[in-house]
Amino acid sequence: MAGIKFQNVSFAYGEKQILRDFSLSVEDAQIMCLLGPSGCGKTTLMRCLLGLNRPSSGEIWLGDRCLFSKERRINIPPERRGIGVVFQDYAVWPHMTVMENVCYPLKKQRLPKDEMEKKAKYALEQVRMGDYAPYLPSQLSGGQQQRVAIARALVSSDEVIVMDEPITNLDAKLREEMLAEIRQIQKNIGTTILYITHDQEASLQLCDKMAIMDASGALCQIGTDEDIILRPAERFVFEFIGVSNFFTLTRKSGNWCFFDREDMPYTGTVPAEFEAVGRVDMGVRPNGIVFDDAIAEGSPSPIRGTIRRSVFLGSEYNLFVDLNGQEVRVQRSAFTGTGGVQEGAEVGLTFLSPKFYPVKEAA
Amino acid sequence: MSFLRKRRGGADLAAMEGRHIGVDGLMTGLSFILLFIIVVIPIFMIVYNAFFYEGKFDLSLFTSVIFEKENLKAMGNTVIIALAVTVFGTIMGLFYAWLLGRSDIPAKGFMRALFTIPYMFPPFFGAMAWDLLFSGRAGYINRWLMSTFGLRQPPVNINSLGGIIFVECSYYFPFVFMQVVSALERMDPTLEESARIAGARQSQVIWKITLPLVKPAISAGALLILISSLAHFGVPSILGFSKNIYTLPTMIYALINKSGGSFEGIRQGTALSILLVAVVAIALVVQKYVLSSGSYDIIKGKSMRPTLIKLRGAKYPLLLLASLTLLVIVVVPLVMIFLVALVKAYGLPLTWANFSFSNYVKVFESPATMDSIKNSLFLSVTAGIVCMFLGVMIAYVINRIRPRGKGLLEILSILPYSIPGTVLAIGVILSWSGSLAGINLYNTIWIILVAYMARYLSFSMKSASASLQQVNASLEEASRACGATHTESLKDITLPLIKPAMVSGFFLIFLPAMRELTTSVLLYGPYSRTLGVQIFALRDAGMIPQASALASVAIVIIIVCNAIVTEITKDRKGA
Amino acid sequence: MSENIAVALRHVTKRFTTRTMGTITAVDDFNLEIREGECFSFLGPSGCGKTTTLRMIAGFEDLSEGEIELCGRLVSSSAKNLYIPPEERDLGMVFQAFAVWPHMNIFDNVAFPLKIRKVAKKEIAARVKDALKHCSLDGLEDVYPGELSGGQQQRIALARAIVTNPKVMLLDEPLSNLDPKLRETMRFEIKELQRQFGFTIIFVTHDQSEAMAISDRMMVCDMGKIVQIDTPEALYNHPNSRFVHNFLGESTFINVEVRDGQVFPKGDNTQPIGLPIPENAGPEMVVATRPNAIRLIKDGPGFRTRVEKRIFLTDKTEYLVSVGKQLVKIQTPHRVVFAPGEECAIEIAAPSWYPPEDAAAEAERARRNII
Repeated sequence: MAGIKFQNVSFAYGEKQILRDFSLSVEDAQIMCLLGPSGCGKTTLMRCLLGLNRPSSGEIWLGDRCLFSKERRINIPPERRGIGVVFQDYAVWPHMTVMENVCYPLKKQRLPKDEMEKKAKYALEQVRMGDYAPYLPSQLSGGQQQRVAIARALVSSDEVIVMDEPITNLDAKLREEMLAEIRQIQKNIGTTILYITHDQEASLQLCDKMAIMDASGALCQIGTDEDIILRPAERFVFEFIGVSNFFTLTRKSGNWCFFDREDMPYTGTVPAEFEAVGRVDMGVRPNGIVFDDAIAEGSPSPIRGTIRRSVFLGSEYNLFVDLNGQEVRVQRSAFTGTGGVQEGAEVGLTFLSPKFYPVKEAA
Repeated sequence: MSFLRKRRGGADLAAMEGRHIGVDGLMTGLSFILLFIIVVIPIFMIVYNAFFYEGKFDLSLFTSVIFEKENLKAMGNTVIIALAVTVFGTIMGLFYAWLLGRSDIPAKGFMRALFTIPYMFPPFFGAMAWDLLFSGRAGYINRWLMSTFGLRQPPVNINSLGGIIFVECSYYFPFVFMQVVSALERMDPTLEESARIAGARQSQVIWKITLPLVKPAISAGALLILISSLAHFGVPSILGFSKNIYTLPTMIYALINKSGGSFEGIRQGTALSILLVAVVAIALVVQKYVLSSGSYDIIKGKSMRPTLIKLRGAKYPLLLLASLTLLVIVVVPLVMIFLVALVKAYGLPLTWANFSFSNYVKVFESPATMDSIKNSLFLSVTAGIVCMFLGVMIAYVINRIRPRGKGLLEILSILPYSIPGTVLAIGVILSWSGSLAGINLYNTIWIILVAYMARYLSFSMKSASASLQQVNASLEEASRACGATHTESLKDITLPLIKPAMVSGFFLIFLPAMRELTTSVLLYGPYSRTLGVQIFALRDAGMIPQASALASVAIVIIIVCNAIVTEITKDRKGA
Repeated sequence: MSENIAVALRHVTKRFTTRTMGTITAVDDFNLEIREGECFSFLGPSGCGKTTTLRMIAGFEDLSEGEIELCGRLVSSSAKNLYIPPEERDLGMVFQAFAVWPHMNIFDNVAFPLKIRKVAKKEIAARVKDALKHCSLDGLEDVYPGELSGGQQQRIALARAIVTNPKVMLLDEPLSNLDPKLRETMRFEIKELQRQFGFTIIFVTHDQSEAMAISDRMMVCDMGKIVQIDTPEALYNHPNSRFVHNFLGESTFINVEVRDGQVFPKGDNTQPIGLPIPENAGPEMVVATRPNAIRLIKDGPGFRTRVEKRIFLTDKTEYLVSVGKQLVKIQTPHRVVFAPGEECAIEIAAPSWYPPEDAAAEAERARRNII
């Protein structure tokens, strides 16, 4: 068992700097999801860990073993790093049977034959593929091939497994099943898993902790799913994790108001630290905006908009509201509200559980 | 080895070992050296000898050869034949491709298999067969027609430009046929359906949508016909020599043959070669231009069976036409060769009484003939095996190691395919007859082997390359992560995965090498006759039934090997 | 009345004979009337017959039985052996794979239907320009489709379909090859075009949310049979079968026992679920509802239970609570926060009741979805 530590890792493809002084620790026996938009450098980071890319600076540690250090001129070749890997395209060797695939890493570890078979069988049991040992990969479905890849990763290392978007090629249902299974296997064996993805939903379902990278390759927030959902640390995290509306509030005559308009005051609480700046960005989810009819008491909201479009989605309506020229997305439950709202109707808006961030200056 | 270190995504596995050159460097270096020896030297020697004499630039030979009347005529013939074959072959290929790909004509699968048969056999077998039927007063059918209808002149003369064009056409139209059929099959049917919805009638859809969309496939096939026909030796030599009809490749052969292998003859041949290369080069430039101008992505969307066009009343007449075509281009020549192989003496009527196996006995008792079979087997197997490994190595270097200069590597390995076999033979003669480092391979079997390797390397390289592109780099990376070194990954993962492509690469070389004539006919020596050369020589010496017997043996070998290939490729799909 | 019906299907049946599976009835006695100006969806899992039906309307397939009328004109009839070819049906059609001709530039693609109809050159130019403008493609006349994105290619297909001003527009999964964001925009654009041109839309899709978002009415079919035809709201709120309930949106199923005028979770009679019992309820029933139609509250009058599991999704939180021995899925906005293990109460709104025998399999499927 071992954790992973990246220290000030930098990497560039030619002119293009992908990672700059990147540091991240993954605790032992945890599932860490590294989540970021495509092109943010998360796959590069994985390849650095595996030894398939060579960083230009920094250190990479696995437990107390240094895998790479620029300064100390250490660069352990991939085959001696002892990290299991599951690639996006499975990379199950098509010319070997399931058993041979899983045995291959053990052969390279020079294990005696009976022990090798025992270990491989156990790994296959873990991924519920025990009955498929003599099959060729081409006889298996995508999900089954993925399981073989996981079993192979399990035997090649009992310390750390890296998974690079391993479920992207599966259909929605299978994806969910696989996530649950990965979770279960990790619980049984207790390996450390670094799971790399751009899929927010998958990482929320899987992780102990999530690390979110932005498009420039910088680390934005590390935390549990609860931290990320309920307490997003940065505007990027809030925007990346789901659909969002953003408004800039300005301070006028001691009140916060929308669009610089004193007739559109924000009556909720804004953290006091923004008062000195006088401006703040407020983010709110589509289902955090409610109309007057859903509020039991109180007078109509002074923030008034017009419904432009209403789209029925079954359990919800997606509404596009024109608020002083800005398009606001509102999601309204088909059950708690009074149903759909006529297009063209005027509505009063109230904002629930908003998040506040410093104003993003236009670059 | 500076060309090694170009950093790219998954390409720097070797670099990650953090030390010296390794396997990758070795393979890269070897690829460059081998291609230099096999490809660059012969090409250089041709150009050098055509324009330099005793170390000085000298155009006199070149111009004198070119402006000789006979040579000009040969060039004219070459171009006329090639253009005519291209036009007729394309029309024929297109028509049958449409018939089998888009109409509701019955027995499609069967006919499709038959239509690709001409592809398997060397055209000069066909030329032999047609010669037996229609050559002047001797041809069987001509004789029958003359006696039946009391004609004084033979009605059909196969020993003419028209005859050559006809035979070449029947062997080259599959180039267009196969290209277009597969394009039609892969084409998204909604492209045509949306035109119907837009208001176009079925016939308008064919002209305005279907044909323009398969145009790239048509031009690719047509140019393949053009280039093949320009460089073709077998048919014009068999049908043309007796009536003094020459094309550039046959003229080169005649020049060298006449001079008895003297250097002067070879130099004249060299000059003509330049001419032939120039013509082919023009065709290649046209090809590049045409192909780059229009290549569309027509394969999209959910696969749905295309709506077949109902032929209604025309169905059975067209079926009859297709069957007759097959009978004429496939069945008749094959049957003819077997029949004549059985006949006791050429010219005897084809009746039971005149049949015997004596020709086969003679064939198998003649040491020269047996030697030719052995030589061809040795050459084909050796060239096949050597090229198989070389092809894999070069493909790996090009696709995975991607060194600086990989473009050059690719061009060098594919280039010889476009060089006419006749020209290549001359280049090999010029290079390996003692002028370079005193190596003299002339009149030995090795010089043929070198020529075969140059000629066929691109086949195995392309086959391995296509297969390597299917093998995702992550498969090799996964094995690294599993604890295998770079060399072990190559041995355990990559090579086994492309094994089927290597095997089919072998047969892609073995089969054409078994029936090769164009190059061998210029390179063979007293002890290095090949199968093709022996058939050609037997026929040339007037021993036509024996030539037919040997040809029929070759046909059997080819059919058996093709069956093996089909079986192997089937296995691959099953795995 | 018939002049207001854009498309009418009467006893339309299509049988295919395959070598391996014998005769398959792909479309079984479809009867359907689509009104002028309506946006009507064919919705169903693959193999339900929706695409075959569309292709019969377009004229690419003939009918085994029945007849089809387009705007009052009989176009297909098996009895009269009548079959009008696609090019004479005066339809617009957009395909999943765009089917934009790669060898023509955008102008020629859109002008093609007019050129075929021999419209005067000047008029073609004007009408193509107009169509391109409506599809936000102005200025791209000379571009070839290969250089454009999927969304733009689909716009070309749309422009080509509207340029002849057809009365009926057939859309065969036109958005499935686009990414989700673009899908939403294009959906809106299609509706906008319909508003301007007034054509009738037949929209084929297997994506229920897309169908609900775009349609005025829709037909749900399964295994070659029509299951239910109605407005999206009515279908979603009053599905006539478990199949429709499960196919449209997310479902939560609870197996219940009805005893002494009260509803208990199956195999557990400690606490009743406070639900009004429908008249025809048997002793064992399945209550079907939607994950977000169940209210999760700290305390109150509802069924008392506790949160077993919490899963954060990007736009909502999913809770699994125990009801008797079953786990029930509930979805709430992120702001409703319960910790795993916390006591709570649930209130079920708008349930549908289904008999258990057909429900068993569905409940099993739903259960598998949760775990």
